Amino acid sequence: MSEHVPAPVAGSPVEDAKASRFGRRRGMQSRKTVTFGDASDVTTSKGWMLVSLGGLFLLWWWFTRGPEPILDEKTFPSPFATWDAFVDWWRDGYRRASAWEHASASLSRVLKGMLIGTIIGIPVGFAMGLSRVLRGIFDPIVELFRPVPPLALLPMFIMWFGIGEESKVNLLVWASVWVMIIASRAGVLGVSGSKVHAAYSLGANKWQILRYVILPNALPEVFTGLRVALGVSWGTLVAAELVGAEKGLGASIYIASRFFRMDIVLMNIVIIGVIGALMDLVMRLLESRLIPWRGKS
Amino acid sequence: MKDLSVQNVSMVYELPKGGSVQALHDVSFDLEAGRLLTLLGPSGCGKTTLLNIVAGFLAPSGGSVELGGTPITGPGQERGMVFQQGALFEWQNVAQNVAFGPRMNRRKRSETKALVDGLLNTVGLTGFGDKAIYELSGGMQQRVALARCLANEPEVILMDEPLGALDALTREKMQGLILKLWKETGKTIILVTHSVEEALFLGDKLFVMAPRPGRIEKAYELPFAEVGLTTDPRKLKASAEFIEKREELLSMIWGMEEQIMGHEGGMS
Ligand SMILES: Nc1ncnc2c1ncn2[C@@H]1O[C@H](COP(=O)(O)OP(=O)(O)O)[C@@H](O)[C@H]1O
Ligand SMILES: [Mg+2]
Repeated sequence: MSEHVPAPVAGSPVEDAKASRFGRRRGMQSRKTVTFGDASDVTTSKGWMLVSLGGLFLLWWWFTRGPEPILDEKTFPSPFATWDAFVDWWRDGYRRASAWEHASASLSRVLKGMLIGTIIGIPVGFAMGLSRVLRGIFDPIVELFRPVPPLALLPMFIMWFGIGEESKVNLLVWASVWVMIIASRAGVLGVSGSKVHAAYSLGANKWQILRYVILPNALPEVFTGLRVALGVSWGTLVAAELVGAEKGLGASIYIASRFFRMDIVLMNIVIIGVIGALMDLVMRLLESRLIPWRGKS
Repeated sequence: MKDLSVQNVSMVYELPKGGSVQALHDVSFDLEAGRLLTLLGPSGCGKTTLLNIVAGFLAPSGGSVELGGTPITGPGQERGMVFQQGALFEWQNVAQNVAFGPRMNRRKRSETKALVDGLLNTVGLTGFGDKAIYELSGGMQQRVALARCLANEPEVILMDEPLGALDALTREKMQGLILKLWKETGKTIILVTHSVEEALFLGDKLFVMAPRPGRIEKAYELPFAEVGLTTDPRKLKASAEFIEKREELLSMIWGMEEQIMGHEGGMS
């Protein structure tokens, strides 16, 4: 038998190596000619993320400490001033409370609010998804109350629950509960009739249908609800800590602003942003761990 | 073994905006235990409705359905169901899906495990127990659906276009599997299909259904399913007898389709 050497053809390693020099990403094997509008081609790119963050810092520096600063450091601190504020805060804390105490005060308020909002929201959402009557009863309440911004409720909540922790946590319950109700309702309503029918034909009773079909089927939606609610609650934090808080990232902003310490204000804003982004990252990791079937039915 | 008896069943859907659709009109038939009945007909002739009534998901507006002399009033595990797709539980793996029925019945775990392994073997999925549903091809998913349905030992298996979403080759393979299961288990099967060839090949009894109102237009007793396992299916489908029946059914269904088109054309 003679050795058969195939002639180089398009798609061979040689050709691909040549093509990849023009490819937009390293290791790209695809020879797509249509990329605009192709969602699979739009993936997150670490490189561009660095460029974006770097650009942001560059602009910030340029406007505050550049050759011709156009922003006054008093009203808009530079990256250096903010960094110094951060170092002080990290080492000495602020107003007799350590950095960790401020952050954990805020985190624990948000988590308490989320916990209560979830404990109320999931059963109510499930009830709305399972019963015509309950849906009829709760629908107008949800639609009416959901758009009310938490801040609008603060004066009343302070009257009812005092200026202590209770009013703050309740405000965060408000921020999360409607999201959880709507997500849970959507999760329940999203179950396909054939899954429920199949389960009944396999001998499941109503309770088993709820436990083994409707609940797991709703989990992806419920988890999305948790992610959104966590984001909304974290965003409501500053409003919740507006009055009567000694500790907390939001509270620190108000206190610092009364002393015109914009560096501390800005530092806390950045911390709130970073913690928020980290929490979402953790939620996304949890999601891919706990709900691997998401979006694959 | 229980015979299925469908007497004067009719179904009228009341439309929410007023008016109604007569999905089934005075459908009657008896199906002895162990038969494989295929239902064929253009869409909208009430095939799914009939299947859902037998499954117990719908109560007919008139008439009665009995299995072994017992009236059907709701879903029950003596009547298993295989859907076209999307009825598997994607949060469970293959083995857990198959074990769903026994688990709902609180059967012993050790028993169930042996049962599941046996069923996976029967449908040709040995070793796939730990796989996730979404990792499987469409054909494999339907194998899981078949195994899941068999786990509860139903008297009757109802299938609504079970192979409708599969490609032609996979479809032929699955037809062979359905015939094999029918022969080995001796279960009564009612299978809805759009494909004339499939209805002929699988059915040892075949109803052609017609729309407006949904009814049984013609009933056939067929020889092909009986020999489908021992003869080469390709040769069987190419035999003169098969082709003759196929053309007869095709022209009947074409006639109905044209009537429907004419009807709809007349309305616009
Ligand atoms: N839930 C329903 N409400 C109103 N009309 C329906 C409903 N289900 C089916 N129909 C109508 O009943 C007729 C038969 O439907 P179906 O049993 O799904 O037919 P097939 O499965 O043969 O395509 C069709 O005209 C369909 O539009
Ligand atoms: Mg149908």
